[in-house]
Amino acid sequence: MVKAFDFPGGIHPPARKAASTQHPIATAALPRRVMLPLGQHVGQPAEPCVAVGQRVATGTRVARAQGLISADVHASITGEVIAIEPYPVPHPAGLNELCIVIEGDGIRDDWALLPSLDWHSAADDTLYARLNASGVVGLGGAGFPTQVKARVRERHAIDTLIVNAAECEPYISADDMTLREHAADVLEGARLIARLSGAQRIIIGIENDKPEAISALNRAIAAANTETVEVTLKDFPARYPSGGEKQLIKRLLGREVPSRGLPADVGVLCHNPGTLRAALQAVRDGRPLVSRIVTLTGEALTRPGNVEARLGTPMIELLAAAGLDEARLARLVMGGPMMGIELSRLELPLVKSSNCLIAATLDELPPPPVEQPCIRCGACEDACPAGLLPQQLYWFAKSREHDKAELFNLFDCIECGACSFVCPSHIPLVDYYRAAKSEIRAQAFEARKAEHAKHRFEFRQARIEREAAEKEARRQARAQAAKRPSGIAANSTTPVPGSTGRGHDQPAAADTDLKSLRIAQAAAKAAVRKAEKVLARVSQSTGSKGQQQGQSDGEIEDLEVQLATARENLAAIEARLAAAKDAAADATQEPAPQRRSPDTDQERTP
Amino acid sequence: MSLMHQSQVSRQPTDTGRVMTWLLLATLPGIATLTWHFGLGVLSNVLLAGAFAAGLEALVLRLRRRTVRPVLADNSALVTGVLLGASLPPGTSLWLILVGMVAAIVVAKQLYGGLGQNPFNPAMVGYALLLISFPAAMTQWAAPHGLLSPDGLSLGELLARVTGTSSGMNSGTGVDAWSGATPLDAFKHKPDALLASEFWASNPLPDGTQAAWRNVALAWLAGGALLLYKRLIGWQIPLSMLAAMGVLASFLYAVDPSHHGSPAFHWLNGAAVFGAFFIATDPVSAATSRKGKLYYGAGIGVLVMLIRETGAYPDAVAFAVLLMNFTVPFIDYYTQPRTQGHARPNRGIKVTRLDDEEAS
Repeated sequence: MVKAFDFPGGIHPPARKAASTQHPIATAALPRRVMLPLGQHVGQPAEPCVAVGQRVATGTRVARAQGLISADVHASITGEVIAIEPYPVPHPAGLNELCIVIEGDGIRDDWALLPSLDWHSAADDTLYARLNASGVVGLGGAGFPTQVKARVRERHAIDTLIVNAAECEPYISADDMTLREHAADVLEGARLIARLSGAQRIIIGIENDKPEAISALNRAIAAANTETVEVTLKDFPARYPSGGEKQLIKRLLGREVPSRGLPADVGVLCHNPGTLRAALQAVRDGRPLVSRIVTLTGEALTRPGNVEARLGTPMIELLAAAGLDEARLARLVMGGPMMGIELSRLELPLVKSSNCLIAATLDELPPPPVEQPCIRCGACEDACPAGLLPQQLYWFAKSREHDKAELFNLFDCIECGACSFVCPSHIPLVDYYRAAKSEIRAQAFEARKAEHAKHRFEFRQARIEREAAEKEARRQARAQAAKRPSGIAANSTTPVPGSTGRGHDQPAAADTDLKSLRIAQAAAKAAVRKAEKVLARVSQSTGSKGQQQGQSDGEIEDLEVQLATARENLAAIEARLAAAKDAAADATQEPAPQRRSPDTDQERTP
Repeated sequence: MSLMHQSQVSRQPTDTGRVMTWLLLATLPGIATLTWHFGLGVLSNVLLAGAFAAGLEALVLRLRRRTVRPVLADNSALVTGVLLGASLPPGTSLWLILVGMVAAIVVAKQLYGGLGQNPFNPAMVGYALLLISFPAAMTQWAAPHGLLSPDGLSLGELLARVTGTSSGMNSGTGVDAWSGATPLDAFKHKPDALLASEFWASNPLPDGTQAAWRNVALAWLAGGALLLYKRLIGWQIPLSMLAAMGVLASFLYAVDPSHHGSPAFHWLNGAAVFGAFFIATDPVSAATSRKGKLYYGAGIGVLVMLIRETGAYPDAVAFAVLLMNFTVPFIDYYTQPRTQGHARPNRGIKVTRLDDEEAS
């Protein structure tokens, strides 16, 4: 057995996978109408590039990726675009989202395929472009654009590609079935991504409760030519959440993804088997992502199983085909019972991240009992796979002590739900954490906005002040220039003892004025230097954190404003200093010795 | 979201109410042994305290306009009552029990917000209050006459004692014959000139006292084993508490065996085992992280030994637990586990320092 590392905690929920693995993957009937949401991926929603009334073939691009992290959407049937409107989509809050609705006749299925590529010989850029044009995103549930993930080598050195076939959540068997039937494709897809990302080895991590998938993989590994990359299969006993990215990396490699970091930070890339197959199909067959394998299960279905269905198919059609008994249906869940989302209606479209639909009866997934008080028993601590103190986080989240929650590493929570699973008081802990996280994010956003506004205001004030100071300096210069001849005459012609007293007085006042101005100038110079330093550091470090691009862009912009403000302040003070020097030089003809020393001081102060 | 729950699949008690029920079951061996050795007074304590606890909890919940039934169903008040009842001297007066339960349930628990909110162990708050306010009554332990022996209290006498209708707690002529000191108490007040061996040889206690206390401690240990087996408590607190007591007692015993009790003496007498498994492990008021529990338990063990050796009281579990309750937030801040992806655990409360590079 391969040496296995381990992550803390974990739970053993009942697997309930047997029902959906009895039959091979079926192909779902071609739907007459599909609804394609534009935000089926992490990042910005795509922008429609077809018009209502336009005829499209299966595989035609209907929406284009927007921004850095986004993905194309393709028509999944042949037909006519009949609407581009907001419709309800699978979303935890039941929100509406812009969808492209295509109607076909349920029979015609003309494909608009891209030319086939040989990934062994094609250039990297061609492959990136192909992945980009095929709308491939992570099919495990997160929906991260594959093309963006493949490009990660631009920022990080990747040594290992992990195929995440753990599929630790109960009910779901889509990856299991994909591997049983398409192990060779998955493996080749893995090689393709490994080549693109520069990984030297591929490790397939799988829980050992999937013997058929394991033997299929072993056959595929033996059959394939593995001279370029080393492929290892590592199986381990089932324990939720071993399929969590960070947990799996820890389990297989003993590496820990740093807090708030990415697997790429430790040289690892994780992909789901379905995603790898989709990537291969996009490259080898020129087939964009228009369908996916989804597990249909739950006791309210008479014929549970896995089907390959077109994206955008109404869930009700898939469930009806699987023998849905609506009278027994208590709740419909997309994803697994631990981390999935409960859907409020049956007409929602299948999306790229729908790996499983559970039509559960009341007995199967009963409503949780009434929440009881936390007695800090610590069962959650034993279950937590991230090494957190869920009981403390719960108290902090409930009392909105966000600073303490952050101190106790709230943001390292992967929301796996193991703590809720074991809680004897039936507290929906993860809900509390999610609420606290979103509140903290909202607060941070507001604070940043306020900070931006403040800096812009300060910049404006500084600019006005600088302009005023320069104007004043010019005015004084003019006044001095006009006064100077008479002033000199007066000073030189009247060497009266009384006037020396007065002359002594005035420089002293001017000196203190000059002194404070010089101090201010030094401070302003320091401020400018500090702003420059911070800006340089931030703009340098942004390179390494690709995901928070948007946020750091805003940060840089803000820092630039701060730097400009500091420069304006410096300019204003220099103008005033110059004016004051002029005035002082005119007031005392001969430079007093005290005035020299601050001058040299000024050189040293910075 | 977690739509599944352990209770649907596991045989372990995974419901607060059932956890408490198992806790009550685990107290049975201890209570039975206490009753066997010290008579029906133990049972009257436990039953009265349990009844008061449930009644007071219901009353306060009604006053707080909360639903009574589901909260009472968690059995936590009953547990508090039974634990306090089991710690009282057998045949304690009804009124004392009521005072203790008001302190425990109303003041220490419900005034803080009910189950889960109390910073102090409710049963020990009640016990400490009684011990300080009524020291005479609280230190009068029955001699181990046995449940069936004619020397013990009859049912009528017990009733009179409990309801306070007898001639008085201390003035009654029967009291001296009936009561006896605990070994801890007796040993604490042994004359300094007397060596330990001489002291025990002089037979200072009624027959069977030592054996009775040893049996009681072992019965509590059996109950504690059940708790451990059922995973209702962690091993950390009992182990660290008993270990700390053992280490200190061994040290003192090694230095001067003639004036200090042996580790076994300290473990098997007083409330050491009972406290370690049933009192200190109250999760609400104990430290919560696994590492924190070790420090918490060890702290209790050290304090128990300190008070037993140098304090005014013969036993000290209540005070030690309450004192360590104070330290729980502190312990919890400094014993966080290392979260995955962090090089080292966070400790204490850090104020995020402003990035100040303006050093020039």
